[in-house]
Amino acid sequence: MDLRYTDAAPSDAEREAVDALLGPPPSGWEGAERTDEDLRWARGGASAAKDRRDQLLPALHAVNDRVGWISEGALDYVCRRLTVAPAEAYGVATFYAMFSVRPRPAKVLHVCTDLACAARGSAAVCSDLTERLGAPGTPAEGAVWQESPCLGLCERAPAALLLQAGAEPANPPQATLPLTAGENPPSATLPPAGANSAPPAIEERGSGGGAPEEPATGAIRCSAVLAPATASALVTAARAPESTLAEPPAGAAVPQAGDPALVLLRRIGTVDPASLDDYRSTGGYTALRRAFALGPAGVIREVLDAGLVGRGGAAFPTGRKWQATAQQADGPHYLVCNADESEPGTFKDRVLMEGDPYALIEAMTIAGYAIGAHQGYIYLRGEYPRAYERLGHALTSARTRGLLGPDVLGQGYAFDIEIRRGAGAYICGEETAIFNSIEGQRGEPRSKPPFPVEKGLFGKPTAVNNVETLVNVLPILEHGAAAYAATGTETSTGTKLFCVSGQVSRPGIYELPFGASLRELLDLAGPPGRLRAVLLGGAAGGFVRPDELDVPLTFEGTRAAGTTLGSGVVLVLDDSVELPRVLLRIAEFFRDESCGQCVPCRVGTVRQEEALHRIVDRTGAAAAQDIALMREVGQAMRDASICGLGQTAWNAVESAIDRLGVYK
Amino acid sequence: MTAVPLQPPRRLVSFTLDGEETRVPEGSTILDACRSAGKDVPTLCQGDTLTPKNACRVCVVEVEGARTLAPACSRRAEPGMTVRTDTERARHSRKVVLELLASSTDLSTTPRAAEWIKEYEAKPDRFGADAARVDEQPKIDNDLYVRDYDKCILCYKCVDACGEQWQNTFAIAVAGRGFDTRISTEHDAALPDSACVFCGNCIEVCPTGALSFSTEFGMRAAGTWDEPAQTRTTTVCAYCGVGCNVTLHVQDNEIVKVTSPHDNPVTHGNLCIKGRFGYQHVQNRD
Repeated sequence: MDLRYTDAAPSDAEREAVDALLGPPPSGWEGAERTDEDLRWARGGASAAKDRRDQLLPALHAVNDRVGWISEGALDYVCRRLTVAPAEAYGVATFYAMFSVRPRPAKVLHVCTDLACAARGSAAVCSDLTERLGAPGTPAEGAVWQESPCLGLCERAPAALLLQAGAEPANPPQATLPLTAGENPPSATLPPAGANSAPPAIEERGSGGGAPEEPATGAIRCSAVLAPATASALVTAARAPESTLAEPPAGAAVPQAGDPALVLLRRIGTVDPASLDDYRSTGGYTALRRAFALGPAGVIREVLDAGLVGRGGAAFPTGRKWQATAQQADGPHYLVCNADESEPGTFKDRVLMEGDPYALIEAMTIAGYAIGAHQGYIYLRGEYPRAYERLGHALTSARTRGLLGPDVLGQGYAFDIEIRRGAGAYICGEETAIFNSIEGQRGEPRSKPPFPVEKGLFGKPTAVNNVETLVNVLPILEHGAAAYAATGTETSTGTKLFCVSGQVSRPGIYELPFGASLRELLDLAGPPGRLRAVLLGGAAGGFVRPDELDVPLTFEGTRAAGTTLGSGVVLVLDDSVELPRVLLRIAEFFRDESCGQCVPCRVGTVRQEEALHRIVDRTGAAAAQDIALMREVGQAMRDASICGLGQTAWNAVESAIDRLGVYK
Repeated sequence: MTAVPLQPPRRLVSFTLDGEETRVPEGSTILDACRSAGKDVPTLCQGDTLTPKNACRVCVVEVEGARTLAPACSRRAEPGMTVRTDTERARHSRKVVLELLASSTDLSTTPRAAEWIKEYEAKPDRFGADAARVDEQPKIDNDLYVRDYDKCILCYKCVDACGEQWQNTFAIAVAGRGFDTRISTEHDAALPDSACVFCGNCIEVCPTGALSFSTEFGMRAAGTWDEPAQTRTTTVCAYCGVGCNVTLHVQDNEIVKVTSPHDNPVTHGNLCIKGRFGYQHVQNRD
């Protein structure tokens, strides 16, 4: 490998940011001052480079977090440090939506215009914002705003996220986060009916907000979540992000909080997510002790007997995945937690991670033990700053207490977890795209076979599980497989989290045993008077009509009804919503998020959006030709795309045409 | 004719291809099996010496029991598999994929594209006059070759050839995302300012003519490019002692481009800047 770097030099801040992550460069070959010794120095070559390529995404984050964008000099310095070809690093940097390779202000305001936010007025926020700050993408007053895909804040729609680049706050946020203050008992934080007009009481400081004495010069990194957002609040926040009001606690997203029937959500809103003692006093780490008593094969047997299937959308039996990974002779084995929750309308994993981070860590430790892994990764979407901080804090304290590390619970089992932040790419929730992203490649899905259990992360056997799936392992081990399987139906066992958003009076995360009907769920959430449709399963899911509300919420029940549970999205639309525009937003989403690797998806998503634009105000015969065209393209996308994104990009539009008769 | 070393013997895999029991060496792809059975499955991104990227999706076939179609170029034949290459479903996907490609890029210099578009009755025009196109101007930034990404179907072959599969120079990569994805140098720099070493191996593997010799590009523009009139002569490169095979393409007694045989066991189609572009001295009449 003969790499050629550019002559562009990094600024001091860029160099510092990269060195803070990677340590100072050991030699002139990696960007330090050249010395005579460097001429006699050689190490590893291409194989050494491959060892460090996985630091590319963290290094790009380091620069972007510090400066706000990635300059030629910064990218070149990262490449020297990691022995990565600049063209390849450029290809990676331009893949992710949160990075920019062109200069931009340090403050970037992401305003969600996706399904749930669109249903609750994001268009008005954007037009107000255009008047006050100028068109999206135009810098004004040291900030720039842009439209964003779903930010996973659907229960507080319309939402926005402000990210300000700068030096890291002097006190790392995980050490100083005043977590306890906001985590009030659920009764105090339950959003009242019509929570939109009266958002939950705001009590907690903005996540990641620097220490109050830091100057508001834009030099200190911070992030602020604004939801529900108004244009004037966004403008104020863009001027002074550190003065932004705090987010409500995670428990505010759980209208059922405190209900003794809750299983997965039982701690959220009732315990302090920063306190390991709280976690342990409410049953934490009993599941891991039971796992050690059962042994790896015993754990897998329990999970198999419990009938747990994946909650990320594909519903694959978790026990079988673990068994197949555990059986692989090749090593090491890896565990990857898929926390790249980017499906529009999905926010359950965020609430789990923010409200009960230790549960995920304990569950991952059990999963790692079962499959014989010693390293786990949480691939966390980049737009979740609070989940990142809380998980980071939880990992540190678990390590300190010997619950992670070389000798977990004194049982001689070594396991640790690293968080990897995504950088704005829905496709990175695809299980093989996660591997590429962690390895420092473009987040493009891989062809299967080989499947992850054989060749996954770093080419080694890997189990990938969604956050909600993993958290289910705790009740299985705490109460046994039989008790777990007694809930739900025969083939859909246990409970399921549903992300209810749109025009309901109590949006949020609901937990119900499998088998409850959509009607029961909507009754809990307060349905609108004139229901038009429910989008089930998200942008890749399907619509359900008001006369179909008795569909049982199980994998088999929704399949029989011609739709899907997907990731648990329940987006409720009343008749004030213009469905053609909702479909257009779905098509835009898939076009924006296609990785571009295969033709059916790369071009097909564009053709689908074009056709929907043409017929947006048409019906009947005037729309028929374009609908026929979309059907043909949709079929080819479903059949010939490499991964699930292209294969499902036509689902929701098709169901709106066939089941809702939207263009009739 | 170059020497081809014998491969170690491989076990045979037995599977059903279009209703016929077929036996192929273990590790063969469905496309290999189709070709040895004399079936013509169209493909654009498959390369004989590169790992299939299966990005173009023109070669999809139906594998019994699979939810989606499988790319013949990379899916290996497995014992007991039942594969159909010419079903309604597979033909439909090929037709639409050809339409999507031809409506967004310029396939005028892609060998066999016009033939397949006719065979599958693809109608690229039906997406309307406003259908988005790649719409790139040719990048002419050096004297040796031209990058015309309006013709690029993003098959990744040039990237793989420039990177670890052939050349190990890593001068080009895939940048951007979705419909805006392009093959690019670092920071979109001009080739002479990039890591490019002008070996031209990317041109060797380009299946669409998006990468071409300046000579070919210029002659096509002038309307003087006449491939049927060209002769091809494979000889040995005289620049150094490695002994690479070069194939000289000659039109009107002038070398118009140089390729290299892929079945050569030493070079597998690779050349360096001298072998690929350093032919002017041959036709220097002074």
